[in-house]
Amino acid sequence: MKVAYWPGCVSRGFTSELHGSMAAVAPMLNIELVELDRANCCGAGVIAEHSQELADTLNARTFALAQQEITQGADLMMNICSTCQGAQSECQQRLDASADYRAQVNETLSDEGLEYQDGIINKNFLWVLVEDIGLDKLKTLVRNPLTDLRVGPFYGCYIVRPTDRLDINRDQPRDEYLGQVIEALGGTVIDYAGSHKCCGFPIITMNKAASLEQAGRHLGDAVDADADCLVTPCPLCHLNLDLQQPMAAKQVGRELNMPVLHLPQLVGLALGISPDDLGLQHHIVKPTSVIDWSQAVVGGVGGW
Amino acid sequence: MAEFKLKIRRYDPQSGAAPYWDEHTVELEPHRSVLEGILQARNEKDGSIGVRCSCRAAICGSCGVRVNGKPGLACHTHLDDALASAGEDGVIEVEPMGNMPIIKDLIVDMDAVHWKKIQRVTPWLIGKEPVPEREYIVSRESMIDVTQSMACIQCGACVSDCLSMEVDPLFIGPAALAKTYRFVGDPRDAAHEQRLKDLGEDKHGIYDCTHCFKCIEACPKGVAPMNQIMRLRRIAGNDFHIKDRNNGERHEMAFVKNIEKNGILHEADLLPDSYGGKFHPRAVPELISSLPIVMTALLRRKMTPAKALLHPHRAPDGVKKIYEIVEGRDERNEFNLYISGTDADNEPNPEVAAAAEVAEPAAVAPDGSEGSSA
Repeated sequence: MKVAYWPGCVSRGFTSELHGSMAAVAPMLNIELVELDRANCCGAGVIAEHSQELADTLNARTFALAQQEITQGADLMMNICSTCQGAQSECQQRLDASADYRAQVNETLSDEGLEYQDGIINKNFLWVLVEDIGLDKLKTLVRNPLTDLRVGPFYGCYIVRPTDRLDINRDQPRDEYLGQVIEALGGTVIDYAGSHKCCGFPIITMNKAASLEQAGRHLGDAVDADADCLVTPCPLCHLNLDLQQPMAAKQVGRELNMPVLHLPQLVGLALGISPDDLGLQHHIVKPTSVIDWSQAVVGGVGGW
Repeated sequence: MAEFKLKIRRYDPQSGAAPYWDEHTVELEPHRSVLEGILQARNEKDGSIGVRCSCRAAICGSCGVRVNGKPGLACHTHLDDALASAGEDGVIEVEPMGNMPIIKDLIVDMDAVHWKKIQRVTPWLIGKEPVPEREYIVSRESMIDVTQSMACIQCGACVSDCLSMEVDPLFIGPAALAKTYRFVGDPRDAAHEQRLKDLGEDKHGIYDCTHCFKCIEACPKGVAPMNQIMRLRRIAGNDFHIKDRNNGERHEMAFVKNIEKNGILHEADLLPDSYGGKFHPRAVPELISSLPIVMTALLRRKMTPAKALLHPHRAPDGVKKIYEIVEGRDERNEFNLYISGTDADNEPNPEVAAAAEVAEPAAVAPDGSEGSSA
């Protein structure tokens, strides 16, 4: 399949290993990435907090650029960031609700010759994996099953709430997909209190103690549940859970040492890509347990 | 009639014993409520089960509990729906709400947390002077807007699930902040700026919310507290330029300007700018405290000095144009779905239109004439 690909800002900034690992995984999943390199930041909810119209117009611009790719053969727009998914879906809900409002926004975009037409399909990589590629297909591609790897899912708020806007329901349990993917890759899903909670990142500059307390508590819960690592589709969560983990450990007064993987990295390990090619060496918390384990399995499985 | 298994969390803090689960089977029609199930268990099996309820019709807000981990009103949750969201064992779990101390079993201390916070935000209208001789006319839009927060029945479901309050019990929280918007959004209130300044001074005020959407999901009445908090931030920052003690407004403006300049986020600038700029006294301790992490990140080549210090990305002209037009407007253009509804909502309902057509002959006067003078 071919997707209009929006990597987001953080995946090209402080978590560039995410962008790199997506690029490494895509061909193996037969996804052609057409990067939207002229598109702009989704606003992460902060621009909407300042001005809804500004956030809506900026995202309408990104959608319009994606629609140009869709008319040229891309199947849909894909992102790799929970926060982008949530912030963009929120703006899309307003843009799609009213033809009058859409016309105002399109008037602002007209200088650049862009126009957003309602109803774009914009999915996170996690949703594409389950809904478009399919878990059965994914299972057939696994070369190094994640046997004995105990993985805790960490979704990020923006991709699980509010459920009505994100079309999460019994027929489409998007808030259970991470567990389904971990299982399809051969791993064990760890049930712990923090999986659907907030990492605390949005208030890191406003109430640092509360922010780090959130990250530290969820990481600690994962440690107590005997997880080997966490996996997240959100690079902003990754910043608080990995980059800030030494500070979070100080805040909650305990050792954590919990590796946190980006979703494409976990998929990549199971598909047989080397940890280095997935950028695991760039993490603040060294994913030692994960890498030792995957190398052991590569040895054991041999030419499978 | 069908059988339902209820697992109720029991705890009596005065007994000194630890909390435990208590399972009862009740027999009720599937469309009956979880509350009726709890009451049947109490009336027929164990009279010591503590539960608070009154109206049983989702309007008094007394029976807030967690059903299968999700907060809501026990009287507003059907047993069959609860069973559908139960675990594989088919047992419906009922627990007391979170973030509040437990008095007994399913009864939490609303006074200790929820009502204290409501009282904190001056929950009454401070009228404008002079008092108008006749009615104070409020526009239809403003009225509909505040009815969203007025729909709150003080059940505490949002407080129960607030993830910020979980780590910062001093956070004023979703219910009380939605109540604040009920007055800040009301054109008859005279104290908008004072209310927002007060919340800006409080380090546990409007900028302590993490955008987690839990309260929106929890509310049984569609109040969407987080949306009201975002409106409070918008009014505090844009209309009154209030400099809060959390650097909230500074962070917001740093973010907005960062995208105007770079098109995509340049994180290395955002942190210092959120504290007032790289050399600001507020920023220096923050930057020093993050030095060890910066060093590790550089060593692991997570970031490179060039990437952090240079600005390789410039905003496309299209982005600059959007800022010029939208930020240049005299008035904020805010499309509020709660007020306007969607195009689909506003389409004339064919059934209503057909009914109106049938009803039209009734306009004929009783004497058979089509006179309009009546």
